[in-house]
Amino acid sequence: MSSSAPTVIRNGRLIDPANGVDTVTDLYLSDKQVIAIGKAPDGFEASIEIDATGKIVCPGLVDLSARLREPGLEHKANIQSETAAAAKGGITTLCYPPDTDPVVDTPAVATLIIRRAQRIRNARVLPYGAMTQGLKGEQLSEMHALKQAGCVAITNSYAPLANTLVERRALEYAATFGIVTVLRPEDRHLKDKGCVHEGPVSSRLGLPGIPEAAETVAVARDISLAEHTGCHVHFHCLSSGTAVRILEQGQQNQLTLTADVAIHQLHLTEMDIEGFNSDCHVQPPLRSLTDRDTLRVGLAKGSIGAICSDHQPHEPDAKEAPFPATQPGISGLETLLSLTLKLVDEGVLSLNTAIARLTCGPADIMGLPYGRLSVGSSADVCIFDPDKHWTVSDQTLISAGHNTPFMDWELLGRVTHTLFEGNIVFQNNS
Amino acid sequence: MSSPNIQLTDEGRLKHFLTIDGLNKTLLTEILDTAESFTGVSERTVKKVPLLRGKVICNLFFENSTRTRTTFEVAAKRLSADVLNLNINTSATAKGETLLDTLRNLEAMHVDMFVVRHADSGAAHFIATHAAPHISVVNAGDGRHAHPTQAMLDMFTIRRHKGDFTGLRVAIVGDILHSRVARSQILALNLLGTSEVRVIAPRTLLPAHVRTLGVHVYHDLMEGIKDVDVIIMLRLQRERMRGAMLPSEHEYFQLYGLTQERLQAAKPDAIVMHPGPINRGVEMDSVVADGPQSVILQQVSFGIAVRMAVMSMAMGSGQSSGQIQGGAR
Repeated sequence: MSSSAPTVIRNGRLIDPANGVDTVTDLYLSDKQVIAIGKAPDGFEASIEIDATGKIVCPGLVDLSARLREPGLEHKANIQSETAAAAKGGITTLCYPPDTDPVVDTPAVATLIIRRAQRIRNARVLPYGAMTQGLKGEQLSEMHALKQAGCVAITNSYAPLANTLVERRALEYAATFGIVTVLRPEDRHLKDKGCVHEGPVSSRLGLPGIPEAAETVAVARDISLAEHTGCHVHFHCLSSGTAVRILEQGQQNQLTLTADVAIHQLHLTEMDIEGFNSDCHVQPPLRSLTDRDTLRVGLAKGSIGAICSDHQPHEPDAKEAPFPATQPGISGLETLLSLTLKLVDEGVLSLNTAIARLTCGPADIMGLPYGRLSVGSSADVCIFDPDKHWTVSDQTLISAGHNTPFMDWELLGRVTHTLFEGNIVFQNNS
Repeated sequence: MSSPNIQLTDEGRLKHFLTIDGLNKTLLTEILDTAESFTGVSERTVKKVPLLRGKVICNLFFENSTRTRTTFEVAAKRLSADVLNLNINTSATAKGETLLDTLRNLEAMHVDMFVVRHADSGAAHFIATHAAPHISVVNAGDGRHAHPTQAMLDMFTIRRHKGDFTGLRVAIVGDILHSRVARSQILALNLLGTSEVRVIAPRTLLPAHVRTLGVHVYHDLMEGIKDVDVIIMLRLQRERMRGAMLPSEHEYFQLYGLTQERLQAAKPDAIVMHPGPINRGVEMDSVVADGPQSVILQQVSFGIAVRMAVMSMAMGSGQSSGQIQGGAR
């Protein structure tokens, strides 16, 4: 299957924000590419026809952060299981943080991940390279070689850098080669042993808190260094409203600053950890209602350009302990689209903006040609029924990780087909 | 506030005792009344009642504590229960066995109640959620979260001396941030109708949004204890100096240490409490600790009666003490 069969997707509402398209039409795919929109090219003979009447046809989603746990943490999940879950969620491009075991700090590990995903063919997996060797925060990694090997950007993930000088050097070196740096802004000293937002709930439950300042101090520092070095800095998983405001000031000063937010931050708050619910243990922590609302506004305005799943599948044991001892993270690939559509339902985003934040938004941040359906684009397509309800349950999830605080939520909008490079990698006609 | 109600049965009776949060005044008063009926037991020649005969109570301590564990043990024995004491070094569990494994193993030994102390907030909730349905869990302190039996014995002591909570001013002095005792005391005092609960500490020792707990905040000791009926001093852990929370014990005592002279600011009949163990010369002067207004040793002996009350109520034998006796097997 090196190429793909000629396919037509008929009569769907095609929403392609990158090209300003929102119309009921037909989409023609062949040879892994989009070959025409609206009118069949001469001599086109479809071997596969998909009737998308009443459905929305959009570019396959681009997720800026999904941990697939392979290599090294296969007891949690693997590339096979998680790319299948991605396909079920309509996601065709996954950016994969480097905190695997071994760490993605050499081209060999990056190549291993990319090849493995290419053999499975459920979705495109693009690793992030480690910013420092072993993610230890001290010695720069071979960023250029990592880029050559297919790494989409570099990041030190959750691991702290030894000091601000290392950060300066890393940004300078990355800027030399036009490499995007992805930063998870967090001052590790202010975070200390915190595991939840420092606020009324942490005070009452006696859980060690992480102050908002742990994020805002880091964002301010990172923006100063971005200005100093001219590096494209992408903030990953913003959690606080003040950080959004600082980011927007930097963007007004013409700096190349981008940001994403995890979908759960747009729906949940510190109140959800009530009763020590370890499925709500995430980092950065769920913050206040005001923070959540400011993140929503930033997303609508575009200062936050992408929504990610921040997918972190876990085995059940990882969540079965007293709250501070549990591992943070949510399995989020399969709920990303529906939870984003819920924002449309709640009047936070228009449907077109919502789809943009899941497709061309993240793709543009990373300079990727995906997340759009122009003639000649990769035939990555997500077709979903916007009126179909489904309930999140152990039966409906196929990710190896069932750790989600959205369990038992009834959500609207369900993927019926996912095409990756022209091939159907998921379909559900029920 | 739905989750704390795993503490109650469908009929609203006490099943677990994990936190004061989510309980009501009637239930707290019932605990105090039941404890009152048990105070006599300790003064008898035969210091036992047969309420929990044949029951197995396991003291599951993941954190060192001699004092609290001993009072729980004495309370259980006075109720005629069999007691297992397990001090589980947390480093040993870190080596392999998960908390859940430990729990399953002990369940297999047919334990009826766990008394749990653990360094993580939420540990007692976790155990109560995962234990077999017939098992009751009593929280003997989890992280910074709750220490409800300590709070109830403090309430018992206050009621003994002051009668009623309405009209009382109570000041809690010291490290509120790290104190599970303070969190439970604040909840209990407010539920029982205390007029004014004050906390007195430098800002480094106060949790964020501390007012949302239902307290008035003071940073000055003299101002904070002015006209109060009860002063509760909290223990100051030495490691707070290392964490840049405080400059020195000396400065702490200068600012927040309770001396006989400063005590004059409170009401003349004010009582002084401390959950123990006291750092003499840090939280308070020895003269105050051993003085006429100190009720610190009474707290310890009342602790046994209160723990007997909580254990018997959670084990399903808790209406009035008369009915308890009748229902015992």
